This record gives sequence, C-alpha cells and structure tokens, in this order.
Amino acid sequence: MVSALLGLLALVLHLALMLAAAPLLTGLIRRIKARLVGRIGPPVTQPARDLLRLLRKQPVVSESASWVFRAAPATSFAATLAAAALVPSFALDMSTAPFADLLVVAGLLALSRAATALAALDTGTAFGGIGASREMTFSAFAEPAMFLVIYTLALLVGTTNLDAIAGVLREGALGLRVSLGLVALTGLVVAIAENGRIPVDNPATHLELTMVHEAMVLEYSGRHLALIEAGAMLRLLLWASLLAAVFAPFGMANADAPLRWLPAIGLWAVKLGLLAAVLALFETGTAKMRVFRVPEFLGIAVLLGLLAAIFLFISQGFA
Amino acid sequence: MTELALPGAALAVCLLLALALVSPFLSPKMRARVVAWGCVVPCAVTALLAACVLIGGGVGTLAVPLGPAGAGMVLALDGLSAFFLLLLMLVATAASGSALDGHAEPVTAPFLPLFIAAMALTLLAADAFSLMLGWELMSVAAAALVLTGHRDPDTRAAALLFSGMAILGAVCLFPALGLLAQGGGQGGAQGGIWDWRFASMRAHPPEGLRASAVLLLALIGAGSKAGLAPLHVWLPPAHANAPGHVSALMSGAMTKIALYVLVRLVFDLCGPAQPLWWGLPLMLLGVAGAVLGGLRANVEGDIKSVLACSTIENVGLIAVGFGLALLARAADLPPLAALAMGGALLHAIAHAMFKSLLFLGAGAVQHGARTRRLDRLGGLVHTMPITTACVMAGAACAAGLPPSAGFAGEWMLFQAALAAARVGGLGVQVAVVGVATLMVLAAALAAAAAVRLVGIAFLGRPRSPLAAGAEEVARPAHAAMVGLGIAALLIGLLPGWVLVLAQDPVHRFAGGLGGVRDAALVVAPAADAPGYAAPAIAVLLGLAAIAVAWAMRRWAVPGMRRGPAWDCGFGAPPPWLPFGDPATQYGGASFGQPLRRSLGAGLLAAREAVDMPEPGETRPAQLTVTLHDPAEAGLFAPAAALRDRLSVFADRMQLLNVRATLSVMFAVLVLFLAAISVIQQW
Repeated sequence: MVSALLGLLALVLHLALMLAAAPLLTGLIRRIKARLVGRIGPPVTQPARDLLRLLRKQPVVSESASWVFRAAPATSFAATLAAAALVPSFALDMSTAPFADLLVVAGLLALSRAATALAALDTGTAFGGIGASREMTFSAFAEPAMFLVIYTLALLVGTTNLDAIAGVLREGALGLRVSLGLVALTGLVVAIAENGRIPVDNPATHLELTMVHEAMVLEYSGRHLALIEAGAMLRLLLWASLLAAVFAPFGMANADAPLRWLPAIGLWAVKLGLLAAVLALFETGTAKMRVFRVPEFLGIAVLLGLLAAIFLFISQGFA
Repeated sequence: MTELALPGAALAVCLLLALALVSPFLSPKMRARVVAWGCVVPCAVTALLAACVLIGGGVGTLAVPLGPAGAGMVLALDGLSAFFLLLLMLVATAASGSALDGHAEPVTAPFLPLFIAAMALTLLAADAFSLMLGWELMSVAAAALVLTGHRDPDTRAAALLFSGMAILGAVCLFPALGLLAQGGGQGGAQGGIWDWRFASMRAHPPEGLRASAVLLLALIGAGSKAGLAPLHVWLPPAHANAPGHVSALMSGAMTKIALYVLVRLVFDLCGPAQPLWWGLPLMLLGVAGAVLGGLRANVEGDIKSVLACSTIENVGLIAVGFGLALLARAADLPPLAALAMGGALLHAIAHAMFKSLLFLGAGAVQHGARTRRLDRLGGLVHTMPITTACVMAGAACAAGLPPSAGFAGEWMLFQAALAAARVGGLGVQVAVVGVATLMVLAAALAAAAAVRLVGIAFLGRPRSPLAAGAEEVARPAHAAMVGLGIAALLIGLLPGWVLVLAQDPVHRFAGGLGGVRDAALVVAPAADAPGYAAPAIAVLLGLAAIAVAWAMRRWAVPGMRRGPAWDCGFGAPPPWLPFGDPATQYGGASFGQPLRRSLGAGLLAAREAVDMPEPGETRPAQLTVTLHDPAEAGLFAPAAALRDRLSVFADRMQLLNVRATLSVMFAVLVLFLAAISVIQQW
C-alpha cells in the first residue's frame, strides 16, 4: 500500500518535473548554442515565457481548416504527455512502470506525429503538405532503427519493458558491450531525427524550403501553437530522459525510497545538462543535410542497429 | 447452445444459398433490399453462434448425405473454424447491412449471399470435397461480384486476372489435398486408396518430400487468394473495381478465409512433426508482401487501391506471425508459438474489422463524390463528416497507433519476433532480425499511407467540384461503419479478451497458452513478464487529454478567429476559385514522392521523366512517373510470355499436315510406352 502510494507520488513528481524542465532544457540548449557562436543569447527561461505569451493570444484558424486542425495540438500533446508518464526520469518503479513498454512509447510518439501530420494537411497548404510528407517519410526510416534499439535491449534483458531494462542496466551486471555502444549511437541518431534537430531538420530555421516540422505547424498560432511548441519541448526532454535511463541509468532511485529521490533528481539534471551541452556542440558543428540524404543517414542507423543485434548473437551464442 | 451451433451455421449456409437461388426471380427493384435483409439476419445469428462456441467450447461434426458417391460431406466446427466464422460473419453482417437501403446493383446482388455461404462452407468443411466446393464457389461468386461494373474495361481486366489467380489456386489446392488424402487412405478405414475426410488425413500426416510438396502447394494455392507475395498483384485492381461492400468482404473476410485454409492444411492436417525450416517461407514471403504492400500504398492514386495494398501489407504481417508460430512449434517452444499464433489471429480479426470499415468508407466516398482518385478528392471532412470520422478511426488502426486494434496485434507479432531470436542457429537468427526490422518498416510505411489517405482524400481543400459537392451516404452505411468501428475499438481496448476467444486454436496448434492475465486486460509475451495493458494506456491518454483541456480552459485565452491560410504569405484565392487553386496543395503523388524516390526506385523500379519545354514554347511541362511491381516484372510478365509462346506452338500443332500429325502421334505413343516400361522396370 505504502509502496503503491509512493509510486503514485513519484509519478506525479516526475510529471511535474518533466513539464517544468521541458522548456528549460530547450532554453538551455539555445543558450549554449548562442554562447558557442559568440552571442549572449536569451535567458534559459525564454521558451517558458514564450509559451505563456502564446497562451495569452487568440489563435487565428485557417478558413479551410476543420475540427481535425483544432483537435490535433491537444491530441499530439496528450500523446506525448502519456509517453512522458511512461519514461522514468529520476525514479524507477513508478505507478506506470508495469506498462511502460518501449513499443508503446514509440507508438504514442507515432500517434502524436500522425495527429500533427493530419493537421498539417487539413489546412490545404503546400507547406503543410511538404512538412507532413517529409515527416512521415523520415519516420518510416527512423522507426526500424528505433525498433532495432529495442530489439537489442530486449535480447540483453529479455523484455521490452523500459523500467525493467533500466533496472537491469542500472545494476551494471551486463557490463560494457560493443552492442550497447552501437545501440546507443543508433538511439542518438533516432533521437535527433525524431526531434527534428540538426542535421535532419533545423528547429530554428525560417528558410521555408529546408524545414520539416516547422512547415507542418506553420498555420498554428495562439494556444494551439503553445501546445505544439510545448509538445516538441516535452518530446526532446522525453528522448533525453529515455537515453539517460537506458544508457546512463546509474544513480536512479527507486520509487519506494523517497530519501534517495533528491540526489537522483540532481543527477538527472546533471545528465540532462550534459546531453544538452553535447547536442548544442554537435548542432553548432554540423550543417543541415539535404532532405534526400536523410534516409541514408537513418539507413546507417538501421545498419548499426542490425550490427549490434548480430554482434550479440555471435558473442552470446543465443540458441 | 454450443451443440446447436453447427446445425445452426449449416442452416444459415442453406438459407443463404436458397436466397441466392430465389432472389434472381424477384423484381430488380426489390432484389437488392431483400438480399441485404436476407443476408444480415442469418449472418448476425451465425456470428452469435460462433461466439457461443468460442466461449463454451466443444467440437461438433455433422455428416451431410450429399457429395461424391460413397463418401458424403462432413461438416465440423472447432475452435479455429469458429474463430474465423465469427470474423467472417461480423464482416458479412456489416457489409450486407451497408446495402440495406437497396443501392446495390440488382444484377449481381444474388451473388452476395452465395459468396458469404461459400466462405462459410469453406470454414465448416471437414473433408476435401466440401472444402473445395466452398472454395470454388467463393471464387466464382467473388469474380461475379467484381464484375458488377462490367461495362468498364478495367473491371473486366481485373475480374479476368482474379479468375486466373483463382484457377491457379485451385490447381494447386486440389493436388495438395490429394497428397494429404493419399496419407489418409493408408489408414485403411474405408479400404480405399484415398480418404478425403480431414479426420483420417490428420491421423496420418504426410512426411518428408510429400509434406514439403503439400506446403509448397498450399502456399501457392491459399497464398494466391490471401494476397501473399508474389501472388498479390490481383488485389489492387480487383478491390478497386468491386463495389464498396464487396471489397469489404473480399479484403476483410476472403483473404482471411484463405489464411484459414493455409493454417488448416499446414498446421492441422500436416501435423506438428515438421522441420524447423517450414516457418521460413511463410516469414520471408510474408515480410516481402508487407514491405511491398506498405510501399505501394504510398504511391497508388486510387483510394481503394491504397486500401488493397494495405491489405497486402497486413496479410503479410499475419503470415509472418504464422511462420513464427511454425518455427517455434518445430523448435518445441510452445509459449512462443502461442504468442505468434495469438498475435496472428488477433491481427487477423482486427484487420478484418478495420479494413472492412475502410472499404465501406471508400465505397461511401465513391458513392458520394463519384470518384476514387486521390487527385480529385479532398475536403470531404466538411461534406461527409460521419464517414470521415469513421475512416479516421479505421486509419488509426491501419497505422498501428495505440490504443487501436492495429497496435495490439502488431505488438504481439513484434514480441514474437523478438522472442524468436532464440530459435535455431545464427542463420535463422539473422533471418528473424531482418524479418522483424522489415516488419517495422512495413508498419511505418502503413502509418505514412494512412496519413496520406486521410490527409489527402478527406482533409484539406476539395481538388474538384466532385469532391466539393460530395453528399453523405445513407444511414445503413453509417450504421455499418460505426458498428465495425466499435468492434475495432473493443478489440483494441480488450485484445486479451480476443485472445481468450482464440484460446482453443492457439492451444491446439501452438501447444501453449497466450500470456494473458489480470482478467485478460494485460497481454504479455509470458505469464510473468510485463506486457501491454491497452486499457491502462487508453486511460492514461484520456487523463492526459483531460489535463490538457483543463489547462487550456484555465490558462489560455478562449475563442479563436477565422482567417485565410497564412501559407508563408501565399495570396488569397481569386473569387472565381472559391476553394483556392487546388493545385497549390499537396496531392497524393507529391505526398508519396520522398518514399517513391528513396525506396520506390529500388523496390518498384520507379522512374521519373521530366519533360521541360524550352523557353518560349507554349506546351506545358510534364512529369511522368512509371512504377512496376517486381512480381509483375519478375513473375507475371515471363508467365504471360510463356503463355503466348505456348499458344503459338499449339496453333502450329493444329495446322500440321497429315504426315506430320501422324508422326507426332506416333512419337508420343512411343514415348508413353517407353515411359511406362521404364516405370514398371523401376
């Protein structure tokens, strides 16, 4: 009973932290990127302020748009939020742990993506169409790579449950493995593609011809845009937490040991900060690639993932 | 109740056959309506009976004093056939129910009950004669129903291709059953050489080369009807040209009946003692079809062709599931076999529901907007709101989004593919990883295709006056779509309950029980492993949506304004184009372009030819895209060339002079005598 209550408490705290940290993480990345190119940059809280500003504005909806356009931001954000409830941040064994399946997380993110893509097509504009078409194409290549990450982890741990995977990897019983390294690389590439970061997409661009995600949400304004932006920030944090939970799970607390929560939260913040710094460095150092190079980029991720699984077969002699 | 099920189902088949015979004599005005009502009632009752059998259990057989001399027909209803009977009758009730307002073409209406009865007979058959009788009646009725719009040459070509594939299927299924019956006869129950009853075939399963021949023939025979690669090419034209409720039956039910026959032959009649490699052909062909279908669904320009390609994709996934089950059964891993089999059956019934829904929706579009072409549709959400909502629910299943029915089946199939990595040597393992990755690729392609279908055909602005003036269809069609949608929703939310219904066939052919626990609310790969809790995910999503709605109400400014689309400053449309220039929005071809270029260039031999006029020329620029299904180029074109050569040869043989004819006859006679003497020596 007590552990169930603690699990619920951890979940509520986790969700509150995720929602609060999502704009901060985006702000941090922007700040680091600004400093790297010699600007001072806006404060870390700027994305959160932008969201509040957007909430105060009335949306303008295109005349040809239907209810799909108006329902999509909420659907997309709700799906991302549901996925965020499944991905552990600082504590394992939260109330959602028994059904925190990695395939379900991927499915919920796909639901969020499909809602945005449909809304982009609903306005009947060329930009919406181009964005939706490219987003769905990229996802067709990113999902097999994502699946291979899940596949290799499941081969190692024996389940696709994220909480169980993080728990086993936290113990460190598996040690360092070539497969894990390859899978981590694959996971990073997929995370970059799914979040529309450089070199797949440029989240800061205003050059219409190069954008994917921003082209899809071009028609949004007001509270709809706030939900879309918040969803994108939450998704970035979700992926960062996911990578941290799987590939750097040390220091995560258990939900039934609340005294350990505080250091675990601190450690989680440090991991996120490091990831943000790495991402900012990487993005500053690379240029966006041509749209038709992206499938090749993701194809390499698929090959790496396949290699990871095959390495595992050879080294462990599964049979 | 359960002992009444088999006679009840047989009676329903008789009623439907009687309806098929009587209805041609009714006046054309009444016929369609009478046929629809006459189909709905027995189908709904039979669905209930099948559900009773699945819940109550019990196997029954019924000998019918009809059929070949001395043998008679035997009907039986076991768990497997009851599961597929439930699937068939649900689809049939909805499909015939959608025609209750009598809009169906009266000329081909009598073939609808014949089609349903033939499929039911195929399921109830417990001897080779009844099976082939049902199978062939099914082919004939389906071909006749495809011919409903026979004035269109495309329709006639589609029906011809379908009939050709049906003949190929029969040509392979007859010898497959013959090989099985030969084994049955060795038991000597009737003293004959052959025993056509399934019970005696089952008692003496084939071995070695004979078993492999049965597998090959069953794969071609049943696979050609199911749409298994590379014999899938008939599906897009046949489904596109048939009326909506007929394509719903063909795609939702007929492909599943073919899969049932495959399972019956390979899992049941061939017995469990088969080698490990038996699973591989099903897996490889299945995944090839899944990827091809998923990709083609992104490039087809006709909404019903898109749906037919998605059927190829889903049938491929189900076939992979059966292949994995065969693999695991041969490796003696009952829990894994049960997982794969359960996943395949779950995905089969889920696909039957949502694909029938989508085909009924496509039929409604064809009826309301008078066109099926993506580049003429658009904006139907405003003119056909109920149809759009139903199609969106079906498309969510087709895209495999949680917590829809499509996701549950795919989740189980992926889990089976994960667990199957522990079977066999390195070669099998690498094959399993490759198949699993391609399955995910196919699922992601299906998601892109679903977004394309809904986004281009139903959302956006109308691309033609036809779409702008589309009319919502009548109430029965809505009721049928909503009913199928509710069925799909229930399957998605309670996949464990479906697995409980499928417990008997899973236990019988896989040897284990599916991992279902917590009042069947959680589906898991093993009894103690964490699993997929669809109700919990649905509740989580619902709570998140409520939280978002509450936060918006609490913090955001209410209301909204309407304005022209921004589109980065694209000008407002001129007054004579009330919906703007339709060419300024993305269409079906442009949406599929990135996938066509990146994957289609290799897999579909997609080529683009750009004809750009010189400055000063007045002709328009043109982009021509050519696509070829590899099965067409690699299998059907050579087969057609061979047919042409053979017909030329036959022609020449008929026109020989007397001397040449006599010498040919003499040579053949000598050849046969030589052959007989060699065989007798041997």
